[in-house]
Amino acid sequence: MPREGILIENPIERLSGEQVRQIHDASIDILNDPGLLCFNKKAAEVFQSHGAEVSAISGSGTPCWGVKIPERLVAGALESAPKTVKLGARNPYNTLIMNGDESRVFFITGSETNIWLDVDFPTYVSKLDSSREIKVPEFHPRRGTVADLCDSAHVCEHLETVDGYIRTVNIQDKDITEDNKDVNKFFACLDNTTKHVMSGLTSLKQLDNVVRMAEIIAGGPEKLKENPLISFITCLVKSPLQFVDDTTETFMEVCKRGLPIVVSSSPQAGTSAPIKEAGIMAQINAEVLAGITLGQLVNKGTPVLYGSVPVRARMDTLGDSYGSIETSQYNIDCVQMARFYKLPNYSTSGVSDVKIPGQQSSIERLFSDILVTLSGPQFLHCAFGLLDCNSVFCLLQAVLDDAHFKMIKFFLKSPRINEQELDTIKKQIKEVVATPQKMFINYIRPVMRSGEISPPYPYEAEGEVDSVFALANDRLEELRAKPVEHIDPETTARIFREIPGLLLRLNVYKGES
Amino acid sequence: MSAEIIDLVRENVIQGRVTRDDEGIEEGMVGQPGVTELITEALDLGVNIADIITEGLTASMETVGEKFENEEYYIPDMLASAEAVGVAMELLEPHLARNGIKPKGKMLIATVKGDLHDIGKNIVSILLRGAGYIVKDIGHDAEPQDIVNAVREEKPDYLGLSALLTSTMVNMEEIIKALKENGLRDKVRVIIGGAPVTQEYAESIGADGYGADGFHAVAVVEALSSGK
Repeated sequence: MPREGILIENPIERLSGEQVRQIHDASIDILNDPGLLCFNKKAAEVFQSHGAEVSAISGSGTPCWGVKIPERLVAGALESAPKTVKLGARNPYNTLIMNGDESRVFFITGSETNIWLDVDFPTYVSKLDSSREIKVPEFHPRRGTVADLCDSAHVCEHLETVDGYIRTVNIQDKDITEDNKDVNKFFACLDNTTKHVMSGLTSLKQLDNVVRMAEIIAGGPEKLKENPLISFITCLVKSPLQFVDDTTETFMEVCKRGLPIVVSSSPQAGTSAPIKEAGIMAQINAEVLAGITLGQLVNKGTPVLYGSVPVRARMDTLGDSYGSIETSQYNIDCVQMARFYKLPNYSTSGVSDVKIPGQQSSIERLFSDILVTLSGPQFLHCAFGLLDCNSVFCLLQAVLDDAHFKMIKFFLKSPRINEQELDTIKKQIKEVVATPQKMFINYIRPVMRSGEISPPYPYEAEGEVDSVFALANDRLEELRAKPVEHIDPETTARIFREIPGLLLRLNVYKGES
Repeated sequence: MSAEIIDLVRENVIQGRVTRDDEGIEEGMVGQPGVTELITEALDLGVNIADIITEGLTASMETVGEKFENEEYYIPDMLASAEAVGVAMELLEPHLARNGIKPKGKMLIATVKGDLHDIGKNIVSILLRGAGYIVKDIGHDAEPQDIVNAVREEKPDYLGLSALLTSTMVNMEEIIKALKENGLRDKVRVIIGGAPVTQEYAESIGADGYGADGFHAVAVVEALSSGK
């Protein structure tokens, strides 16, 4: 029985059907002219061998090809790309089934940040009245480690609304190198959560070790195909319209292995994409279609997600502004484009521009979380705990986000209004009106216990104080104290025997005989 | 038999079941006797009334209070149980005097003139009945003279006044003045409550107590009752 997610019965849309078609047509035109710059030779050859117009571009010093992708190749790819993608999990109950034509939303963590934010609560004394003390949260940024990644995966395992896990923090321990980073980050995730694990790849050389690790956990290559408990994300297209050499290479190799992969593009409106909505939409759609087309040419039937991480530039710094209203607009537009193609969509919400949890963070993330969820993407990479435009991860924020998503999920329950219900209510009203007190309190209890009444905000304080962070931190510590469902000792031993580069300190059984 | 029926009274108060038609909390209770049917049966069987009150009603409300403290029960559960106790006390009331049992006290309660908001007043009524007090509710938008007349006739120990609006809250002071003018002020303790009301306001108009919410109102009455 896979996870249920939340079904959006009437997804909100910004674009009319005609506008969706116009964006598609514009993207097809862009793919044909100017097409893409391709810095990966093999990809250029794949396109050329399937009839795309490919021409070498000289003068830049870096080998590069111009690729003009004809509409028929795109149409063929959209035809062969699976409309349903299964993302497996160590625990089969955490499997995610994503249908391109069903707006069933799953909430996933992500993305990879460099900075981990610790929090503590030092006591401050009032200058006016030294008997008055308050505890104030203070946040301390530092470089993320593999221990943090284990901690994050474990806590997210126990956050109810987290349906799947994208590694949240870049592991930057001294003994982590480019050659062992991938195996260690995948193992840290897989050993601490039984939910689906998705990550990017740092080194293509590690791909087969990572896949082999997943095969051992799944029970063999065939079992991994049946239960793809890992998947990958690649930004093979750099905006505007450039196939990057190494990520394109990685993308093609993952496609050859048939594991699910996100074709992600993250243009920034104003700098790497036009500032106007029509412009960024036509471009990002072209970039994602180009990636999907390459993936299907490399291995027809490869399960892909239409990945969209569009963002608007800040006018003051020209950095990313995930908190801008337009970013939510672009994401909702992308959900519609993916639905037009009947492909599962990897969408983005919940990222805040601010560096620490607080009011701005809550406002920005809740705004986009609600709206993008209502548009019905299948894979909502909804940035549990992410701050400072994808640069900072804070577990306390992730715990707060879990409460937000419980509210959103509750809101999205289907209305229970039918003849039988209304007949019961008419009888109830008649009975209550006839009583002296005329109150419906007696009827609350069965409804309350059936789960039909939303719970209060879990971090509400008593009195005229705000204790949200302190109470959420208590909850975080409760979650940390919960047991970790590690991979079993025998499988762990086999992984450490067969997969090179794993840090011994990640083996929780290493002290056992 | 007495012990068995008192056990059932206790259980049904905890479940908040007034009659056999009520659901309670556990499954499958509809159709089984509720507090109304059980108290009627107990009276028919001649069960000791003091035992019904102390071992059945008071003991069960203590359990309900513990469940509330433990967040197992919510206010609707407390009210359902309190309502069941209130109904039981109404059935027992005619038998109290001849069994030598004195009620804990009597409260006259009203929402003041110009104010139609009576949810708070109704909740206080239910909770007080559940705590063993006799409550006479004279409704909402009550004229000061009607309240004075009711105090004279009912001779309550306490007068509870409720208001939701700052514009109607001022009528509480008018009522206290009217009680004084009619020589009744020293006959009754006045307790006020409602969203705009504060302890300071209660003191400024010469009320005897202020209830911040339903539970606090009961605590204030209990404190006045015990002379604290």
